[in-house]
Amino acid sequence: MGYFLQQLINGLTLGMIYGLIAIGYTMVYGIIGMINFAHGEIFMIGAFISIITFLALGLVGVGWVPLALLIVLLATMLLTSVYGWALERVAYRPLRSSPRLAALITAIGMSIFLQNYVQLLQGARNKPLQPVITGGMRFLEDGEFAVNFSFLQMLIIALTIALMIGFTLLINRTALGRSQRACQQDLGMAALIGIDVDRTISLTFIMGASLASVAGLMFLLNYGVIDFYIGFLAGVKAFTAAVLGGIGSVPGAMLGGLLIGLIEAFWSAYFSVEYKDVAAFAILVLVLIFRPTGLLGKPDVEKV
Amino acid sequence: MSRADRALLSVEHLTMRFGGLVAIDDVSFEAPRAKITAIIGPNGAGKTTVFNCLTGFYKPTVGRLALRHPRRGEFLLERMEGHAIPAAAGVARTFQNIRLFPGMSVLENLLIAQHNALMRASGYTVGALLGLGGYAAAERRAIERARYWLDRVGLVDRADWNAGNLPYGAQRRLEIVRAMCIEPVLLCLDEPAAGLNPRESAELNALLTFIRDEHQVTLLLIEHDMSVVMEISDHVVVLDYGRKIADGTPEAVRNDPAVIRAYLGEPEEEARE
Repeated sequence: MGYFLQQLINGLTLGMIYGLIAIGYTMVYGIIGMINFAHGEIFMIGAFISIITFLALGLVGVGWVPLALLIVLLATMLLTSVYGWALERVAYRPLRSSPRLAALITAIGMSIFLQNYVQLLQGARNKPLQPVITGGMRFLEDGEFAVNFSFLQMLIIALTIALMIGFTLLINRTALGRSQRACQQDLGMAALIGIDVDRTISLTFIMGASLASVAGLMFLLNYGVIDFYIGFLAGVKAFTAAVLGGIGSVPGAMLGGLLIGLIEAFWSAYFSVEYKDVAAFAILVLVLIFRPTGLLGKPDVEKV
Repeated sequence: MSRADRALLSVEHLTMRFGGLVAIDDVSFEAPRAKITAIIGPNGAGKTTVFNCLTGFYKPTVGRLALRHPRRGEFLLERMEGHAIPAAAGVARTFQNIRLFPGMSVLENLLIAQHNALMRASGYTVGALLGLGGYAAAERRAIERARYWLDRVGLVDRADWNAGNLPYGAQRRLEIVRAMCIEPVLLCLDEPAAGLNPRESAELNALLTFIRDEHQVTLLLIEHDMSVVMEISDHVVVLDYGRKIADGTPEAVRNDPAVIRAYLGEPEEEARE
């Protein structure tokens, strides 16, 4: 029981990180119908900006952890958004009217470019960070095993839930969210009623990037070590989560992220760690065979 | 008052070529202010292409599309970005095949058309997130306006429906009032009476004359239903093979030999067959 609970906590934490990245995939797909394969790299850049900010704060002597965390959070959201915005502006906007394949290949190209860019600037070695948040709660003690719910895991879960609630409100309750939903349904018509489609798409990339940057910060805090290559696997997993939940659906991305996280955690716990990725992707294959639109996805509506 | 003052829209020497195909060939006409101008012509005459040029879907090969906004001055539509044409110049449009946002509610379809006013009021969302009062008031005004139009077309009790689930005639009416929610000065309607039954068609006529008379909006109408054209339009432009062949009052156009020829063919040819 204790072991199960521990894996549940670990899986939830991991799932939250995947979910935050997956929202970026699903929103961009929803609005311009392309898979932004460079989104994993945006997540990686978010993690790098976080570690750099942490080290810089250490140098100037900001020692109070909550303040440092807040500054890092804001800095990484802000700076990573700039990357997200620039990515769309430079690489995708000129290709908006070209075939989807061109945009897809460009996305893969940007992904490779961003990996190499970070590798060149930061070096290829692992970047470690001292644990920032330590301690936790132990319960259900049973001999030497106890369920450990660390403060960091609590923070990750709470922050993700807060972000997702805020984000859902933004999409459903504000004029901005309404314009994004309109663009998602019919870009041409949205322009015809006066919505600045380019700006809405830019904002979508900015939102996706800022959520991914928070995921990057969480990844850094959780694992304590990052390198320029972390964006690939995390990106593919989050993409899987988005497809599993139903690409284009924001609640689907959150659900998919959680499921992938839980599947990975439980598979590693009860079967084998080596095959955890296989498990996650096998579930994806099964879902795509039996429910091609994903768990919460709607069948594709014919566009005129 | 000079001629230019009366015309809200002046289309001058509009030409649209697609490669070797000339879809519109040197068409000029004017749409008088707060009047209904119908564009008619056989299939393939280039009517929808004129609309596509006016609303920024196509950039005209040659020509000048001048819109004199009563409050904001003159706009040259052929030089404007797509979304600025409705937002700044106040040109709204509906489609032959209805293009609502089917996944949004009827009310949201009308609110989204007031997006720009709401965005300004919400301080580009920052204010709305902070819960500032200006946004709530603006949203209330937007809902008020939506309610006014829903009342006009008898859809108030279906405001929460998904727009895609409305019956066909109601979708048409909703599309027209959604266009009105952007507060246009020029409303371009592409076959609004297509697929309507006679009762719905009469309601449509009433709605369009209401828009013209009460809201002082200039209407541009593509229509095949001659009962609609003859009954409500003040001015008719006839296109055939991309050229303008007649331009005048409905009575004058109806008796114009060139128009009769375009629609019915040459009398001699018919006799020979």
